[in-house]
Amino acid sequence: MIEVENLTKTYGERTAVDHVSFAVNKGEILGFLGPNGAGKTTTMRILTGFMPATSGTARVAGFDVAKESMDVRRHIGYLPETPPLYPDMTIESYLDFVARIKNVPAADRARSVTDAMRKTNLEDRRSELIKRLSRGYKQRVGIAQALVHDPDVIILDEPTVGLDPKQIIEVRNLIKGLAGSHTIILSTHILPEVSMTCDRVVIINKGKIAAVDTPQNLTSQLKSGQKIRLEVQAPEAAIRGTLTQVPGVSQVHVEALPSSDRSIVTIETAQGADIRSEIAAKIIASGWRLFELRGVSLSLEDIFLELTTDDASHAQQPVN
Amino acid sequence: MQSFYAVYRKEMGHYFVSPIAYIFIGVFLFLAAYFFNYFLTVMIQQSFSMEMQGMRFGMPPEIDVPGQVMRGFFGLLSTLVLFFTPILTMGVYAEERKRGTMELLMTSPVTETQIVLGKFFASLTLFMLMMLPTAGYVIFMCLHSDPMPPWRMVAAGYAGVLLLGGSLIALGTFISSLTENQLIAAVLTFAAFLFVWVLDLGSNADGGIGAVVQYLSVIRHYDDFTRGVIDTSALIYYFSFIALFIFLTVRSIDSMRWRRA
Repeated sequence: MIEVENLTKTYGERTAVDHVSFAVNKGEILGFLGPNGAGKTTTMRILTGFMPATSGTARVAGFDVAKESMDVRRHIGYLPETPPLYPDMTIESYLDFVARIKNVPAADRARSVTDAMRKTNLEDRRSELIKRLSRGYKQRVGIAQALVHDPDVIILDEPTVGLDPKQIIEVRNLIKGLAGSHTIILSTHILPEVSMTCDRVVIINKGKIAAVDTPQNLTSQLKSGQKIRLEVQAPEAAIRGTLTQVPGVSQVHVEALPSSDRSIVTIETAQGADIRSEIAAKIIASGWRLFELRGVSLSLEDIFLELTTDDASHAQQPVN
Repeated sequence: MQSFYAVYRKEMGHYFVSPIAYIFIGVFLFLAAYFFNYFLTVMIQQSFSMEMQGMRFGMPPEIDVPGQVMRGFFGLLSTLVLFFTPILTMGVYAEERKRGTMELLMTSPVTETQIVLGKFFASLTLFMLMMLPTAGYVIFMCLHSDPMPPWRMVAAGYAGVLLLGGSLIALGTFISSLTENQLIAAVLTFAAFLFVWVLDLGSNADGGIGAVVQYLSVIRHYDDFTRGVIDTSALIYYFSFIALFIFLTVRSIDSMRWRRA
């Protein structure tokens, strides 16, 4: 449904998107994961026909985004980072306007608007002014706007940003419900969001694709690189010496806690091994006092570092 | 056509759902009515005193009260237009850019030209709705005056107001498309209006340049209309002015795609 090949966008000296290629199948939900400034929004804007690419091609629903922009726009629904709302309009009149500019035939318009409101649970507030709505409702109107013309492809730029946890779950369920009949790309910088909603994930960093994978593979990759954090009362040197001997431990960091005789220990483990119980046993056997032991998942930044290790540019901080 | 109408309809809705249009038209009509009344009173008093003098010294001089009032009135309308149009046009694009709704329009199957024309004609419609009630003042005067003001003069005057308004709206919306800030748009628009207004003041220079500069002033052509003269060169001037700025606005909107936003 979407084919992107060698897409590049430069702003003067800076390359925002650097030879990005990926494909999305019909009915799939693709997650775009990356820190702020990674090039997610720029890629989406190129796909929606908002801005042209510097080089490379992209096809949406069989149409070239550069040469057949109008056809692409007819087949795409797009929610930008800030929902494009007119505060003085009611929900219904706003969706009616969007249906008009998306070329929904007059005969189908009322039905399309009602459908979009039903899918996003807005029907009971249809005649309310948009400026009186809460953040969560505004976001829902933004999503309704993206699907009012029943497009083949829906592109959502950070659809859950700024919502409270309950609203986030609602929006995620809504997006999952849309899959199948629509092909969806959504961007996020929240890792769990991707594993909960997406079929496939594109990890993008500094304009380059770092990985394309299913959330399952990504999560197992995460588990394999788990860290363990301990709070122990013991001499520093002894901790390091003893714990390094536990099989599966690759690295041990010890840091003394100020104003106490305890230490914070961070252990990096080798691939695939869960050695938490072994470590606990070792500490007890050594006669030390254990205050805390927990597994720490790799943060998004750690994954980026991991995925871009052989990339010379990984030392740079992501641009915000 | 459907897309053009959708944009037009949305703009009109924006004006009339919010209090903008009502306050705008209300204040304008109040000022226009006040000055119309003032002109009428002054001209009637003048003609009375002229007539008195005429009776004393014989040979009452001719004074065309309705014609004079109409000229003064159209002159006043142009001044009010100068002050009101920047407020009318300042938000047309600046507000959309600020709200991010420009991105919605530009990723919808709507061409830039449809967007620009839809917005231009919506502003022009509001402008005409603002001018329409002033015809009531003129009709009132026609009912009570003898001789009636020549209808050609009234028609030409309104045609002039419309063309002047159209030109300033085209220029104002263009400036609005250059910025996200409504206040900046309003100030720049007002400055630009003043500039094209007073162009003919600096044109006392003899020869070709003076004539060209004089031709470029928006208000010089308007004067012809208030005298009841519809000059082809004035029509060409206004239509070219409008077309030029509509074209520039389309280019300006298109360039947003290339800018970093």
